[in-house]
Amino acid sequence: MEITFQTVMSQVMLGLNNGVFYAILSLGLAVIFGLLNIVNFAHGALYMLGAYVALLGYTTLGPLIGMPDFHLNYWAALLVAPMVVGALGMAIERTMLRRLYKFDHLYGLLLTFGLALIIQGVFTNFFNVSGDPYDAKPEILNGAVSLGFMMFPKYRLWVIVISLAVCFGTWFVIERTKLGSYLRAGTENPELVKAFGVNVPLMITLTYGYGVGLAAFAGVLAAPIYSVSPVMGAEMIITVFAVVVIGGMGSIMGAIVTGLLLGVVEGFTKVVYAPASSTVIFLIMVVVLLVKPAGLFGRES
Amino acid sequence: MSDAVAKEMLKISGLHAWYGESHILHGVDLAVGEGELVTLLGRNGAGRTTILKSIMGLVGRRAGSITVQGSETIGMATHRIAHLGLGYCPEERGIFSSLSVEENLLLPPVVKSGGMSVEEIYEMFPNLKERRGSMGTRLSGGEQQMLAMARILRTGARLLLLDEITEGLAPVIVQALGRLIKQLKEKGFTIILVEQNFRFAAPLADRHYVIEHGAIAEMIVKDELAGSMERLNRYLGV
Ligand SMILES: Nc1ncnc2c1ncn2[C@@H]1O[C@H](COP(=O)(O)OP(=O)(O)OP(=O)(O)O)[C@@H](O)[C@H]1O
Ligand SMILES: [Mg+2]
Repeated sequence: MEITFQTVMSQVMLGLNNGVFYAILSLGLAVIFGLLNIVNFAHGALYMLGAYVALLGYTTLGPLIGMPDFHLNYWAALLVAPMVVGALGMAIERTMLRRLYKFDHLYGLLLTFGLALIIQGVFTNFFNVSGDPYDAKPEILNGAVSLGFMMFPKYRLWVIVISLAVCFGTWFVIERTKLGSYLRAGTENPELVKAFGVNVPLMITLTYGYGVGLAAFAGVLAAPIYSVSPVMGAEMIITVFAVVVIGGMGSIMGAIVTGLLLGVVEGFTKVVYAPASSTVIFLIMVVVLLVKPAGLFGRES
Repeated sequence: MSDAVAKEMLKISGLHAWYGESHILHGVDLAVGEGELVTLLGRNGAGRTTILKSIMGLVGRRAGSITVQGSETIGMATHRIAHLGLGYCPEERGIFSSLSVEENLLLPPVVKSGGMSVEEIYEMFPNLKERRGSMGTRLSGGEQQMLAMARILRTGARLLLLDEITEGLAPVIVQALGRLIKQLKEKGFTIILVEQNFRFAAPLADRHYVIEHGAIAEMIVKDELAGSMERLNRYLGV
């Protein structure tokens, strides 16, 4: 490929499109890790689940409830999928994760890893591993718009815009509001926040629900771009964990910025040397681990 | 119910507490009347902090009875205990580094009506007002201690548990804290003060509990203090 402004910019934009997925997913992981001290290995599976809620809501739910004409549309799915997955997440936190807080972090990691395998296993059993198309992309998001230097698919632009809004909205709530101050304080010293009269256990449940809700939201956004498959989360989560390692656990802005940046780096690598694009993130991960083990935005403890 | 019982703010009987496997408190009995100021004295490791933490439900396990204005709290979740009107100022001060001074001040929810307003607090602690935009742990030790006190005065708590508030502070700040405690007492707050600095605590307190090996060794009322100094010094190892 010849390196021109056009090709660079188009790959950067496509890279940004991947980057927003990394950003939303690593943001959810960072929020969860902050308060629960758990590396949520189920994140990829719940992202996949979000996509399936959208897909099945569109194709299967209607006939299932005896209303063959009912199709859960895309906009509704963007709300419903995070709610369904968030509720499932809260149930998981209440019944399982909660029992593990008093033990080493490793147990939470193992439990969520097990859950991820179970969810993925069940879906692999019932659905096509090579994926099913999600055809509910709204009319208005079809086609392309001109960005001046290139024509860019409308849908992908929408994904970038809404994802950035969700990421920075979350950042704003956590860093700039009263609600966020409870979350930050609870991350630092949950016992003292309890002693002040805040229902920290409830806060933890809601935070986990929100974190996995973000994953489901990303899953719905992904559905029209990539095909919906039981392994979509497993593939995505490996890269996202590399992003988290590079950014450093626990920093909200760090998770967002690192996610976006690495997406762009990946896109840029496609122009310069395409075969390296799928490994460049892991290369960066190794370098960061060697030079700054706590991650770019992580606090050295 | 007799008058004396009705005025009881806090009553602890037969309190045992554990951190994991370590059994720290072995049957603590104490009572604090409304508007009273009592101290918990003792050597390092005697169990004074543990008594305060047990009241807040912050130890691993506790048994016995702790009532706040007659409500039993031994089986209560920590966040509910605070809403009975308790304010806790921990030994390590517990200022949050990821929160600004003002966010630290506003963090504890109001648990009872009648707390101080933010304006009143800033009037009382002008330094905090000046530095309200800084991050909490950027404050000096003395300012952090003022912040740790100020934030529980906002909540309307009437029973204050204060753990070594003078530790490591300059004499002028200790004097300022002494004046503050005196003011609070005059306003009718009930206060449990854990102190190493006996000279700070003695003129403020109505009664002193001496803690030894996780139990009450002796209770000394203000008037008997002069005659008990020798025994007290032996307890405290000074
Ligand atoms: N988290 C904990 N886990 C296990 N043991 C603890 C814990 N905290 C305190 N202890 C032990 O409990 C005993 C009482 O400690 P506590 O902090 O109540 O003492 P204290 O009277 O406040 O003394 P000081 O604050 O002067 O050190 C000590 O022997 C201490 O080692
Ligand atoms: Mg102590």
